[in-house]
Amino acid sequence: MTLLEDRPDHDSEAANPELERKAERAESWRGFFHALPSFAYLIFFFLLPLIIVLVVSFSGRKATGSPSFDNWTLDAYRKLLDTTVLRIAWRSLTMATLNTVICLAIGYPFAYWIATRSKQSTRNFLLVLVLIPFWSNFLVRTYAWRVLLDSDGPITRIGEATGLWGKLLFTQPAVFLGLLYGYLPFMVLPLYAALERMDWSLVEAGRDLYATGWGAFRRITLPLSRPGVIAGSILVFIPSLGAYVTPAILGGAKTTLLGDYIVTQFTSARNWPFGSAVSVVILTVMLIATLVYFRTGARTL
Amino acid sequence: MSMTEGTATPRWVDRVLTINGWVVFLFLYLPILVLVGYSFSGSSTVGIWGGFSFQWYRQMFANEALMDSLRNSLVVALISTVVATVLGTAAGIAIDRYRRWIGRRSFDALLYLPVIIPDVTMAIMLLLWFTTINMALGLNTIIISHIAFNISFVAIVVRSRLAHLDPSLEEAAMDLYASRWQTFRRVTLPLIMPGVLGGALLALTLSLDDVVITQLVQGPGATTLPVFVFGLIKRSVTPEINAVSTVMLIASMVLVFVSLGFQRRGERYD
Repeated sequence: MTLLEDRPDHDSEAANPELERKAERAESWRGFFHALPSFAYLIFFFLLPLIIVLVVSFSGRKATGSPSFDNWTLDAYRKLLDTTVLRIAWRSLTMATLNTVICLAIGYPFAYWIATRSKQSTRNFLLVLVLIPFWSNFLVRTYAWRVLLDSDGPITRIGEATGLWGKLLFTQPAVFLGLLYGYLPFMVLPLYAALERMDWSLVEAGRDLYATGWGAFRRITLPLSRPGVIAGSILVFIPSLGAYVTPAILGGAKTTLLGDYIVTQFTSARNWPFGSAVSVVILTVMLIATLVYFRTGARTL
Repeated sequence: MSMTEGTATPRWVDRVLTINGWVVFLFLYLPILVLVGYSFSGSSTVGIWGGFSFQWYRQMFANEALMDSLRNSLVVALISTVVATVLGTAAGIAIDRYRRWIGRRSFDALLYLPVIIPDVTMAIMLLLWFTTINMALGLNTIIISHIAFNISFVAIVVRSRLAHLDPSLEEAAMDLYASRWQTFRRVTLPLIMPGVLGGALLALTLSLDDVVITQLVQGPGATTLPVFVFGLIKRSVTPEINAVSTVMLIASMVLVFVSLGFQRRGERYD
């Protein structure tokens, strides 16, 4: 910092507490003004809409399904306890959990395999192969399964020829396959990032201290890759819980999930307060999941 | 940061991992490849190969409603990306470069929420809000909504880029009597450019991919390509959709390589 010494005004500034406080205040205003446009935008088009959902979930309902703010009621929340609703919620929860667990079971060894290739160029190449499906259009990728599972599609014909499976389209397994296919890359990327960043010499040290291969993995690699496991699980769990496109394309009447159920409330079922109440529940679950995530101290997304 | 000799996994484990790896890649790519293959089939029944043909691509380009939705998609994506990139970059700078200002913590939290909230919830939030403030649904509400979710993604990408930057470079510029604007233009912006472009590309992709939010906040007569295609898919599977899908896949693939190019340029700066 020799440059500073050539500038006497800088020194006197630092010496004067009054000026320093002023400069600090100016700096703080500058930060605020940088944030102001996006802050205002997010308040107006994100925070207020969020509050409106909460308000509408307690409102009455007009014949058109839109909310009426003259009579407040808990009807929407009471309706949450209907067996149909509970069944859909349970189905969504089990599907999202199962999808997260299976994505983790497939994705972890997969990410580990990529991260442990010794050549940097091999790792980069494999990573690009993961990135392509990750960035590809979700709708198109889901549609690909619709084609595969169609009554004339290859998977259906293989099933018919071998007698191993029947028509899968519009069934629960089809929706599950779609969710797995759709969200697997979301699990792999954070896992890979965590494993790639890891200091492998720690594993080496563990091995030098006579840890078995499995012991070193369990005691060193697994704990160190935990941020990736948590980030990946959240990135799979939350969108699976709110999935809309997948059940709409691959599912049928008996495979409704919370995501398409909510949209139905705003379109054909015309019950906006109830749709809002379901959303409030999803938001709460999501908030708890993220709080757990930040609590565990993993700030890497 | 590769595996060293001492930590090498046993040979059989490595072999199992390799097999698992290629099976996963097969799972990820086979469905897409089958779809691309069928888009060139001359048969009008999906699932039956009818010889090589471009007819579905010709039919796609002749479909006016589809082309209209494509035009809408591009307009929405471009406008929302530009606005979200400018706002998101400023937001990233506000959070990373200015540590103390009123509301910084709540802004930080608010900035993360649109990223983790499920699409469906965001969609109904915005629909309810637009009806509450009596805003007519149309292309404008689609654009407003896309900006709302894209700001956060851009801000996060720019912020992580800024976190890796040495602030002393900017301090040095100011010590050499560069104004704040000059420092930003000549030092900060070039250094964070890979992050800004990466964020913009992410915003563009998200905007071009969105179905749920657009479907709920769109007005009569103005829809985007994914929502239009979604409507077609819900009715039936046609070879024309295969052709559109293939074009969309190629577009995403181009975006992946462009973004990798930006990343590589960013690494050269470091």
